[in-house]
Amino acid sequence: MKHSKGSPPELSRRAFLGGGALLVGFTLMPGRLLAQAPREAKGGGDVGLPKALGADPALESWIRIDADGAITVFTGKAELGQGIRTALIQVAAEELSVTPADITLVTADTGRTPNESFTAGSQSMQESGTAILHAAAQVRAILLGLAAERLGLPAERLTIANAAVTAPGGGSLGFGELVADGGLREATARPGTALKPVADYTVIGQGVRRIDIPAKVTGGPAYVQDLRLPGMVHARVVRPPSPSARLRGVDTGEVERMPGVVGVHRDGDYLAVVAEREWQAITASRALASAAVWDERPSLPDENDIFDTLLGLRSEDTVIHDRRLAGTGAAGGGRRLSAEFRRGYQIHGSIGPSCAVGLFEDGGMTVWSHAQGMFPLRAALVEMLGLPEDRVRCIHVEGSGCYGHNGADDAGADAALLARAFPGRPVRVQWMREDEHAWEPFGPAMVSRASGSVGRDGGIADLTYEVWSNAHSTRPGGAGALMPAWHLAQPFEPDPPKPIPQPAGGGDRNAIPLYAIPNARIVHHFLPEMPLRVSALRGLGAYMNVFSLESFMDELAREAGTDPVEFRLRHLDDPRARDVVTLAAERFGWSAARLPSGHGRGFGFARYKNLAAYCAVAVEVMVARETGATRLLRAVAAIDSGQAVNPDGIRNQTEGGIIQSASWTLMERARFDRTRVTSLDWSGYPILRFDQVPESVDVHVIDRPGSPFLGTGEAAQGPTAGAIANAVADATGARLRELPLTSDRVKAAIGV
Amino acid sequence: MITLSVNGRDHQIDADPATPLLYVLRDDLHLNAAKFGCGLGQCGSCMVLADGLPVVSCVTPVVALEGRRIRTVEGLGGADDPGPVQRAFIDEQAAQCGYCIPGFIISAQALLERTPSPSDAEIRTALKPNLCRCGTHIRILRAVRRAADAMRTSVAANPGGEGGQ
Ligand code: FES
Ligand code: FES
Repeated sequence: MKHSKGSPPELSRRAFLGGGALLVGFTLMPGRLLAQAPREAKGGGDVGLPKALGADPALESWIRIDADGAITVFTGKAELGQGIRTALIQVAAEELSVTPADITLVTADTGRTPNESFTAGSQSMQESGTAILHAAAQVRAILLGLAAERLGLPAERLTIANAAVTAPGGGSLGFGELVADGGLREATARPGTALKPVADYTVIGQGVRRIDIPAKVTGGPAYVQDLRLPGMVHARVVRPPSPSARLRGVDTGEVERMPGVVGVHRDGDYLAVVAEREWQAITASRALASAAVWDERPSLPDENDIFDTLLGLRSEDTVIHDRRLAGTGAAGGGRRLSAEFRRGYQIHGSIGPSCAVGLFEDGGMTVWSHAQGMFPLRAALVEMLGLPEDRVRCIHVEGSGCYGHNGADDAGADAALLARAFPGRPVRVQWMREDEHAWEPFGPAMVSRASGSVGRDGGIADLTYEVWSNAHSTRPGGAGALMPAWHLAQPFEPDPPKPIPQPAGGGDRNAIPLYAIPNARIVHHFLPEMPLRVSALRGLGAYMNVFSLESFMDELAREAGTDPVEFRLRHLDDPRARDVVTLAAERFGWSAARLPSGHGRGFGFARYKNLAAYCAVAVEVMVARETGATRLLRAVAAIDSGQAVNPDGIRNQTEGGIIQSASWTLMERARFDRTRVTSLDWSGYPILRFDQVPESVDVHVIDRPGSPFLGTGEAAQGPTAGAIANAVADATGARLRELPLTSDRVKAAIGV
Repeated sequence: MITLSVNGRDHQIDADPATPLLYVLRDDLHLNAAKFGCGLGQCGSCMVLADGLPVVSCVTPVVALEGRRIRTVEGLGGADDPGPVQRAFIDEQAAQCGYCIPGFIISAQALLERTPSPSDAEIRTALKPNLCRCGTHIRILRAVRRAADAMRTSVAANPGGEGGQ
C-alpha cells in the first residue's frame, strides 16, 4: 500500500479541508421532510438534525466537492468487513444523484473525518448513514440553489443528475463548476432537511456490489497488515506468559546481536524487539522469550466452577423492568418453571491477528490501526504518551473482521510505544496467533436465571429473569484500557468498569423480552470485578440473554402445549416482529411433522437491543446419538432492518452472523488454568470448519422503504443460539442450558 | 541466494533459507494476497500453490521450494482481469472482511485444476484447511461451484487452452 508519510499530525481538519467559499442564503427545496427521521437529536446538537450531523454541522465535514467535480464523503465510522463503505457511498450517491463510482469515501481518521466515536453496536447506518443522507440532501439543495442563481431559473425547474444541474432548455452546470469559486465551506446543516422521495430512489435499496471486494480477492493492498512505509521496521512484543506475571529479569545481549535486530525495548514488564525484517523480528522475539524470566502466580479462577465464582462476586443490582398487571399475579399461573443458563468465555478470534503501524517524527505520533474508534484510541494514546492531542493522529485502515473489541486498540498502543522508542522509522507491530488468543478481551462468561408460569388462558402469566455479568465494554477511554499500558514501569490502571445503561444495555442487552407478558420482572446483576479480561463481543449480552429467553420460551410453550412459533406470535404485538417470525417460519416450512430420527427444528427471535433490526431464525439440526455431535443442517432467517440500503449486504451480514453464532453455540469455549490462558490457537479453541457448515442458510430481507435504517450486524447472534438450543431439545428431548452445546455435554445430557 | 519461481518469474532471494515462504512473499516480493493468520498451519490464510498443490506458506521454509513452481493469488488475475475463481468470488460477493478469501481461492484453484466437476463433499473437503471467521462459507461454496462451471465452460469452448492456469 502506498502512503505518503502522512500530513503532519498537527494539521487540523479544518485546515485540511480548506476549499473555496460557497453561497449566501439558499432556499431549501420543498419536499418530503425527514424520512430518515433524526430520532436522536437530543444528545448531539441542533434539534431536527441527526445526532452526528448536529454535533458537526459543517457540511464540508461530511461532503467535499472539488473544483474538478471530485466528490469526497467523510465518515467517522470504519469499514470492519461489514460492507459499510459501500452502503454509505450508496446513501450519499442517492441524495446527490451521482453514481457510487463518482464518490470517494474517507473513513475514520482523526486528521480528516468527523468524530463518530466507535464503529460498533450495529449503529453505523443509523448514525453515520443518517447523517450523510441529510448532509447530502442539504448539499443537493445548495447546488440547486446555486444553479438557480446562475441560470436565472427557479430551482424547482432544474434537474439534478450525473453530477450536474440541468435547465429545461438544456443548459447544464457541473457540480465542480458550481462550487469552484465558493466551495461548501461556510455551509452548515440546518434542521428540516428535504429528502428525496423514497419512490425516486435508484441507488438505495440496490444490491450494489461491494467496492472493496475486487482488491481483496486479487491481492491488492487492503489491510493495515499490507501497509509498507519507507524505512519500516518490524516489531514483536514478548508478552508475559500469564495475566499477573512479572518480569524478573532478561539478558538481552544475545538477542541484540542477532541479525537484523534494531533493538530490544524494555519498560517495566513490557518487552519487545524491533528488527529490519519480519522473520528476523519473529526469530528474535522467540529468543527474547526464552531469555526472559517471569514470576508467575495463580490469579485466575477455577474454570470448573467459574459460574459459582461469578455468582459469588459483589454485584450492583438494577431492576430494569418491573411490570405487574393488577389481578394477574403469579397466583394465576400454573406450575412454575425455573431454569439456569450459562455461557463460558468466548473469543473474537479474528483470522488476522491484530496489527498496527506507528511513526513518531518531529514530536508527532501517527498510528495506523484497525481499531473500532480512532478518536477514542487517540484519547487513550494521548494519555499514555503524555503528548498533546494535536500531536497524535490515528488513521483507520481495515484489518481482519473484528466482531467487537479485540486486540486492535492494544496493537495500536504497542505501535505507539515502539514508535516512540525507535523514532523516525515506521514500526509495524504484528501480534502472533497466541497473543490474540490469550490477550484479546474475551466475551464475558455469564449466568442467567429464568422462572415463570403459564396461565389458564395458555399465555405466559409471569416471568422473572435475572442476569449476572461483567462489563461488556472496557474500550478506551483512558490509557488504562490499553493492555500494554498495564505492563509499563509507570503503569496505567483500567478505569472501573461501568454498565451500559438501558435501553441498549450491556450484560442486560435484550434481557427484557419483546413479548407481551402481564407480569415481568427483570434484574441486571452487574459484576464490576473481572476474573478475566473481557469486553464487547458481537451482540454483547444479547447473545446470552436471547439464548436464555428463547430457550425458556420453548420451555413455556411446551408447558402450554402450544407450538413454539404460535406461542411466540401469541405474545407479540409489534407487527414488524410478527412479520419476521411469520416469514421465517413460512420460508422454513415450519410444521409439527416428524423429522428423521436425530433431527430437530428450533426457532429463535429478538429485536436487537429492542430498538434495532428484527430477526427471526428457524433451524434444523442433526444430533449424532453416539457422539453427541450436533450439526446445523439448515437455517432460514427473516430480518427487518428498516429501509434496506443494500439488501445483499444485509443478507451477507446475517448469513455470517448465523454461521458465527452456530460456531460459538456449538463449540467455542476459552480455556484457562489457575495461572494461564490455555486455549492459544485453533486447536485449543476450535471454530467451525467447512465440513460442519450447514447445507443452506437463507436470509429473507423485509424492506421498509422510508423508515429509519436499523442496525443489522449483530441481530442474528442471539436468535441463532436460541434456535439451535431449541432444535437440540427437539431432536434429543434433552434441554441444554450451558453454552457451548459441545458434543460431550449433549452426550451427557442424552445419557448414552 | 535462493532462486524462487513465483507467478512465472524467477526471483533471487537473499534470506535465511529457513525463512517461511510467507515472509519472503510479503516482505521481499511485496505480495499481499498470502496473509499471516496463525503461523501454525491451522487456518489456510497464507496458502499458495506449489506445483499446483496448496501449501501453507507460513510453515514452509523457502529452501524447500526451490525449483518448484509457486503461484499466489496475484498470479491468478488482477482486479481488472480476474481469473475465473476470483471472478466467481466477486460475482457471488463472497467476502465480508475478506482476509481469509485469498486462501480459499488457492484451495479452490487447486481443487478445480485436479477435479473440474467436484461434488459438494469434495469441495467441502478441499476447503476444510481454511478458516473463515466472518461466516462467509455459504457464499464461498457458491463461488467455488460457479467457478467450476465457468472453468468447464471455458475449457469446452477452448479445448486446447490451459484451463485456468
Ligand atoms: S497462517 Fe498459515 S495456516 Fe494460518
Ligand atoms: S471473510 Fe472475514 S474471515 Fe472470512
